Amino acid sequence: MTTPLASTSRLKDVLSVYFHELDDAARTHSAPVAWCSSVGPVELLRALGYRVFFPENHSAMLGAARTANHYMTRAHALGYSPDSCSYLSSDVGAYLSGETALARYGIAEVPHPDVLVFNTNQCRDVRDWFDYYAREWDVPAIGITSFRCLDRIEQDHVDAIALQHERLVAPLEAIAGRRLDAPNLEETLRLSREGSGLWRAVLETATHRPSPLSFFEATIQMAPAVVLRGTEEACAYYRLLLAELQDRVSRKVAAVSGERFRIYWEGMPIWGKLRALSELFESLRTCVVASTYCNSWIFDALDPADPFRSMARSSLELFIVRAEQAKERYLEQMAGQYQVDGLLFHDCRTCPNNSNSRYGMPGRLRERLGLPVLSVDGDVNDLRCYSEEQSMTSIEGFVEQLAEAF
Amino acid sequence: MPPEKAPETGNGTGMPARGPTKHFVGIDSGSWTTKAVVIDETGTVLGSAVVQSAADLTGASARALEQAASRAGVAFDEATIWATGFGRASIEIASGSRTGLDCHARGVRHYVRGALAVLDIGGQDAKVIKLDEQGHRVSHKMNRKCAAGTGSFLDEIALRLGVPVSDLGDLASGYREELELGSFCTVFTATELLGAIRQGKRPADLARAAYKSIVKRVLEMAQFDRPVVATGGVIAHHPMVVALLTEALGRDIVVPPHPQEMGAFGAALAARDAASESPQHARG
Repeated sequence: MTTPLASTSRLKDVLSVYFHELDDAARTHSAPVAWCSSVGPVELLRALGYRVFFPENHSAMLGAARTANHYMTRAHALGYSPDSCSYLSSDVGAYLSGETALARYGIAEVPHPDVLVFNTNQCRDVRDWFDYYAREWDVPAIGITSFRCLDRIEQDHVDAIALQHERLVAPLEAIAGRRLDAPNLEETLRLSREGSGLWRAVLETATHRPSPLSFFEATIQMAPAVVLRGTEEACAYYRLLLAELQDRVSRKVAAVSGERFRIYWEGMPIWGKLRALSELFESLRTCVVASTYCNSWIFDALDPADPFRSMARSSLELFIVRAEQAKERYLEQMAGQYQVDGLLFHDCRTCPNNSNSRYGMPGRLRERLGLPVLSVDGDVNDLRCYSEEQSMTSIEGFVEQLAEAF
Repeated sequence: MPPEKAPETGNGTGMPARGPTKHFVGIDSGSWTTKAVVIDETGTVLGSAVVQSAADLTGASARALEQAASRAGVAFDEATIWATGFGRASIEIASGSRTGLDCHARGVRHYVRGALAVLDIGGQDAKVIKLDEQGHRVSHKMNRKCAAGTGSFLDEIALRLGVPVSDLGDLASGYREELELGSFCTVFTATELLGAIRQGKRPADLARAAYKSIVKRVLEMAQFDRPVVATGGVIAHHPMVVALLTEALGRDIVVPPHPQEMGAFGAALAARDAASESPQHARG
């Protein structure tokens, strides 16, 4: 088994500081606290001095700890369908149980927000999720109602979303009790852009053979790209990680020993099965070298010289916001860049917006790329929707198929 | 599902095979039944067995192995044994393993050449495996996490109709009215069935509708754009499924010999093939 990344011990410290600062702000009111959807307008919030919490990250922690299924039934009983987002139901269920994944950091409860800020570019569920807490705690839930299913992004789209970003400023200023400082916003965007570039460089080390990084490691390493976007802490961490991975590349240290095949993972992780899946792929000497998911926190369009329009554009350029044609172009480019031997689509039961196997795309890509494609049924957090035996057999059979073709 | 399958011998004499031939055994540890097949170097089936898997996969594989070896007249401790099926990791006696996807494809390929779609309907899973002209697997699909379209569905329907599942086919053959069961879900179908019984629908018509439902579920799994070879316990024991598949596809489908044991047969072939290839195929 390959040695774990040494940077990970630093990652634990970085995240601990982040969560404790949030907790402290919420308890002492030393800074305003905002909850933000994972690809929401975080730069605006940081520039206004908010400490920012990402409930999707919290749900992922519940999933990875395999406690999500214990909690989500409480939200189902409240009227949230088992077919609705299991991130939402895990998080709300944990709240109803008076528990949190932050307990591992010695924190008793999630930080209560002064405002909840969403962007529906990823799904409607983030709004439904934030509306629950808005009712519960009587705090405002505001945000951006995005276009969705875009093939080409036109200037009209960007202008409309930029205007929505601008309209958030006044209420956010009122809650924070301070005015938005333009140089502050520009600096936050600069850091966000730099961090995004570093994260891209980290992921692109996996274009090498053998890959020094697997999807399963990347899902852990991506935490700063999500929760510390727009901060120097994220940039500093990724400089450290990038150096370690570049060293692995130069020494040809593989994430999966004896790498035979390279796979692309399309769709959400199955958080509660990361280890089992990682071990399975390792035993098959197959590396999942790239994923849409980990690449979804790359924001090339951010530009400190044009903050609002560039925030708008970057929120619209994301894979999840795009139409099938744009997604297929993206996947074709990624398959080539990472030299993959096959693509795996995770059909995530409760996350239709992040499941791209439902409208014939796997078949079209199989034809277009000439690569084998596999679909696996599962869920991001609800393990009742995942058949381990069937999935393992299917993946193993897929790798047998790759071996047969060589 | 019948608990045990009648013995099968491949040498046409009814007598166990003899001679210096090397023997290979495949064990398919399935969710419902465990199958074992003994072959010689030519791929001829010398003996086979089907036993219930129940909760003891190791015990079931030992029983299947013993019965198949006895029927083949082969000492299994001198044979090379490979495993397949969901329980393949539990079969410690096996020196190698392959997925059911590989073994069903491999087994079918032994009998039928060319581009094919292998449709396997087992107790708790259904799969479609596509092979190209050269016999290489190009794709596979498995049923969603649901019993509809598998043997378990027929068990549930037989239970609701109060007949042994082995009699379901005979019951359905006496149908007079074509009915449809529209639900995706086995539980919902059972409820739908109760509604139909209340309306006075005949059990024979409902049994036929259940078979049609299975066929609909499996046909929606993939495009059957090439010749279809059907395997699995449902195919072996429910000829009405084969007839309905033929009718729905508008062309004949091929049912190879010993369709229920095709996975085990494929595992035995994999053992044979590995013996003549490199040792890397063996379980690591």
